Amino acid sequence: MLRYIYADQLGNYPRLANEMFTHRADQFRTRLGWDVSVDARGHERDEYDDLNPLYVIWETAEGGHGGSTRFLPTTGPVMVNDHFSHLTSSPIRSPNIWECTRFCMAPGQGANVAAALMLGGGELMNGFDVRHFVGVFDARMVRIYSRVGSSPEVLGSIGEGREQISVGLWEFQKEAQLRVAQRAGISPEISKAWFERAFGLKLAMEFAATA
Amino acid sequence: MRGLRNADMLETETTLERILSELEQADSLDGMQSVSEALRDYYDVDHLVYHWVDSRGDQYGCGTYSEEWQNKYVAENYLRIDPVVQGCYRRFHPVDWKRLDWSSKAAREFLRVSAEYGVGNQGISIPIRGPNGQFAMFTVNTSCDDDTWERFSEENRRDLILIAHYFNEKALEFEPERQPEQSQSLSPREVDAMTLLAIGYSRAQVANSLSISEHTLRVYIESARFKLGALNTTHAVARAMSRGLIVI
Repeated sequence: MLRYIYADQLGNYPRLANEMFTHRADQFRTRLGWDVSVDARGHERDEYDDLNPLYVIWETAEGGHGGSTRFLPTTGPVMVNDHFSHLTSSPIRSPNIWECTRFCMAPGQGANVAAALMLGGGELMNGFDVRHFVGVFDARMVRIYSRVGSSPEVLGSIGEGREQISVGLWEFQKEAQLRVAQRAGISPEISKAWFERAFGLKLAMEFAATA
Repeated sequence: MRGLRNADMLETETTLERILSELEQADSLDGMQSVSEALRDYYDVDHLVYHWVDSRGDQYGCGTYSEEWQNKYVAENYLRIDPVVQGCYRRFHPVDWKRLDWSSKAAREFLRVSAEYGVGNQGISIPIRGPNGQFAMFTVNTSCDDDTWERFSEENRRDLILIAHYFNEKALEFEPERQPEQSQSLSPREVDAMTLLAIGYSRAQVANSLSISEHTLRVYIESARFKLGALNTTHAVARAMSRGLIVI
């Protein structure tokens, strides 16, 4: 299932949090060789994890971390403006644009998990009037995004081949959202219900009030 | 999208745009206060409130709550139990009050007392993340039934999110170490895009002229619009022209 968890709520999900930061170390340092910091616990964390970002996490049937990604609004500090401004024509700053970073898949997870995470991103756009996501990604992700039916538009890149790093842009499109839901094997209604639950479903409150 | 002609734009400033111009020109908290009252009247809601904590931890606010309610709030230290504050602090998504947890006894009592002081039963609060850890919150509330509220919220939420951030941009101007004009100047690409729109090019034509996709163009427009404190593209173009940022 899809979980939407702010950093200050991660304490309620110790297994998901521990595995997410561990899998990020696996992916970004071990597999991709990025110059990221990994702490004594084997967790990959950066300064943006300290800004109380919102994580979208795929929780596997066994209750573990299947994949995750991280969101912050571009009105505050974000990676594209702080570290990759040479790839964009000017700082990207708008309440309608959120940054999406650290797209991470747990070892052994398939394209359906990548699609589920994109689906979660679409729920955020739809539910909170976000028009675009901007993100930094490596060459390998281009193929994954294309396979799940949600390719970003590249605003700028540095490096060549597998080393290439790009800043890209996503826009909410209803058709793309349905396509992504299909790839994820999740019905749009269920996805919507997970989103509603995370952000306070009215129905649940009424049940609680009468319980 | 239809082409924009100069004459159209200058003559069609809406009431909302006029209020936002007042906000842009405000040079004190009093100015923001009168804008918050004008917006309350424009939206025909019970209350509209903006509250921020600056980089030194000092708190400011403006809005339409009665003095009695503000005093009561502070005296009772409602900050500790107010579900709106609990639900917005350290968040950055817009929050409908219905989705907050009002189930505790303290929260229910707070709700009852706040209604006595004229606070609406329906509300939306928009938390704002500014630079350097700055935090602010913008709230609109009113008393009405669920269906009426749903329609109001559907229709206005998008604008309210922008307006919330424009209040915040204004508040940031009052920050002591603020570099003036820092965020307002348009990048060369943004100037090009706004100029071509102003002379009547369609989006497709602008994108084509600048050799970028319409998608990328939308981001230039989005960020220019935010810098200009505008609600839509037409409004942004009009503002860029009136400020002399583009010449056509």
